Amino acid sequence: MDALDLQVADGEFLVLVGPSGCGKSTSLRMLAGLEDIDGGRILIGTRDVTHLAPKERDIAMVFQNYALYPHMTVGENMGFALKLAKVPKDEIERRVQEAAKILDLGEYLARKPKALSGGQRQRVAMGRAIVREPQVFLMDEPLSNLDAKLRVQTRTQIAQLQHRLGTTTLYVTHDQTEAMTMGDRVAVMKDGLLQQCDTPRALYDHPTNIFVAGFIGSPAMNLLEVPLSNEGVMVGGTLVPVERSIIDEAHKQGLRSVTLGFRPEDTAIETDETGIPVVVDVVEILGVDAYVYGNVTTPAGPVEVVVRGSGRFPPKVGDTIRAGISQEHMHVFNPSTGSRIGD
Amino acid sequence: MSTENLTPDVAHEIAVGEASTKKVRRRDERSPAMSFLLHFGLFIALVWSLVPPIWAFLTSLKPNDQAITTELKIISDPSLNNYVHVLTETDLPRWFLNSIIVAFFTMLIGIFLSATAGYAVSRFRFPGHKQLMWSFLITQMFPMAILIVPIYNIFARLGLLNSLGGLVLAYCTTAVPFCAWMLKGYFDTIPIEIDEAGRIDGLSPFGTFWRLVLPLARPGLAVTAFYTFLTAWGEVAYATAFLTSDSKKTLAVGLQTFVGQFKTEWGYLTAAGILVTIPAVIVFLLVQKNLVAGLTAGGTKG
Repeated sequence: MDALDLQVADGEFLVLVGPSGCGKSTSLRMLAGLEDIDGGRILIGTRDVTHLAPKERDIAMVFQNYALYPHMTVGENMGFALKLAKVPKDEIERRVQEAAKILDLGEYLARKPKALSGGQRQRVAMGRAIVREPQVFLMDEPLSNLDAKLRVQTRTQIAQLQHRLGTTTLYVTHDQTEAMTMGDRVAVMKDGLLQQCDTPRALYDHPTNIFVAGFIGSPAMNLLEVPLSNEGVMVGGTLVPVERSIIDEAHKQGLRSVTLGFRPEDTAIETDETGIPVVVDVVEILGVDAYVYGNVTTPAGPVEVVVRGSGRFPPKVGDTIRAGISQEHMHVFNPSTGSRIGD
Repeated sequence: MSTENLTPDVAHEIAVGEASTKKVRRRDERSPAMSFLLHFGLFIALVWSLVPPIWAFLTSLKPNDQAITTELKIISDPSLNNYVHVLTETDLPRWFLNSIIVAFFTMLIGIFLSATAGYAVSRFRFPGHKQLMWSFLITQMFPMAILIVPIYNIFARLGLLNSLGGLVLAYCTTAVPFCAWMLKGYFDTIPIEIDEAGRIDGLSPFGTFWRLVLPLARPGLAVTAFYTFLTAWGEVAYATAFLTSDSKKTLAVGLQTFVGQFKTEWGYLTAAGILVTIPAVIVFLLVQKNLVAGLTAGGTKG
């Protein structure tokens, strides 16, 4: 972890996303007070909590494996923090009932966690956080132990719940779809460094470097290093025109080649000769759309790209198709530093 | 008529009929010979373990002069005289009390020390962590007997000879390292996230240990309790070496007085022996209901 500087607005849903080992969980644990920090400060509101114990930070955390107390009932699990804080019994009772109602756990309050399904346990873990009415929710991959269908369902529920409670939330995940669908803002991390923190829309449209470009979006953005000319870039023998200002900026940085990025969904198969030539390897038909996996020749050798095509009239394997790239959705990066050229 | 002309249904029935008359043995069934061997083996084991206590019990009911007899009768005119004698006319009640005090405190202190030590080595990383684990293991490698002389010398200097407290201390030195190691293994199976959830919910480190980890480690603690109790309850060598006065003797030491130079009081010895087993059985019964698996089930994952 290195010099992470993040500001989270009150009531915001911020998602920390990145590949495993990027330091996102560690950041969350530092905020929770489970991990020490070497330098810097952690502020919650205007309060400096850098050296406070977890319980004094007014936070609640949802763990990846839920970490329920197996020897307590669902109700006791949810009310435990309040009991320790010496909240009066009837107040605990009221808040637990309320949370159970929100999470649809009413009939399970007297059960032990082992008598619950995975999804119910997950909700108890959420309930334990809600009941405390903390300033900040910290969630460490809370959905990763659910099956795919339940994950999508719970994803929406958590987002709705957060919106309704208006509690500032930090959410850690390695799944970019979760990040994009849930977060007000998304912070992309890699190797302990913050790459970009912005709204999902901005991350998608204006990735600040090659890593973010490749990480956000599914299927991933096509990235190829191609030679630069005065009007654009040469891809597979075809000139792809690039905005003037970007070319000027690239020349200013002394570049002879750039990394061109374009998303599969921003391409179309063209009938004339203007698009870049792609030799088709595999075609994935998804219904109305099809993703065409193929190769483009670059100076460094063939590179695999994904192009969107029609699912009803898919190209055949072995054909050479022409893929047109819309110029406004084109991304150009400096191949050595990885950073974005132009806006 | 060959089977080729039959309809498939009939052919199937014939095939099934043939199989059932042959009586195919399934995987989970034993052959009669195997079954006999198994039951015979179990019977031998049963006799092996039950005959001595039953014999001792029967002997304890016999008058002393009949203890060793060539008569084939199992028992003639049973009486509780031996029990009455050892309970009223010997120091047995005193020894009994001493043994209970020693065993109880060994159990109490042993559990407390080994649970706290086991938790510390399971959860915290500190300088000397590895060395501590090694020392727990290495102390197990010395036979108790070779420690008698050094402990005797140390106790003599500290004035702990002939005291029950000293004996408790001596027993703890052998029981605690083993139990700490064992409990460490048990604590390792409790997910650390449960501790962390507790800390976030507002528990102090000791609170986490006391309210979350200990309740979940009940089976491990039960085994520890039983082990420490038995360590102290049946031990002879230390007790014989360190206790000198009659009033401080534990049962194991006291019972030896029934074995005289020329004559062994079998009746008294067996009666006392039967009485000795009672507390151990009680402790086991109290403890065994905690020996349940799956206490941590449901805490984590789905």
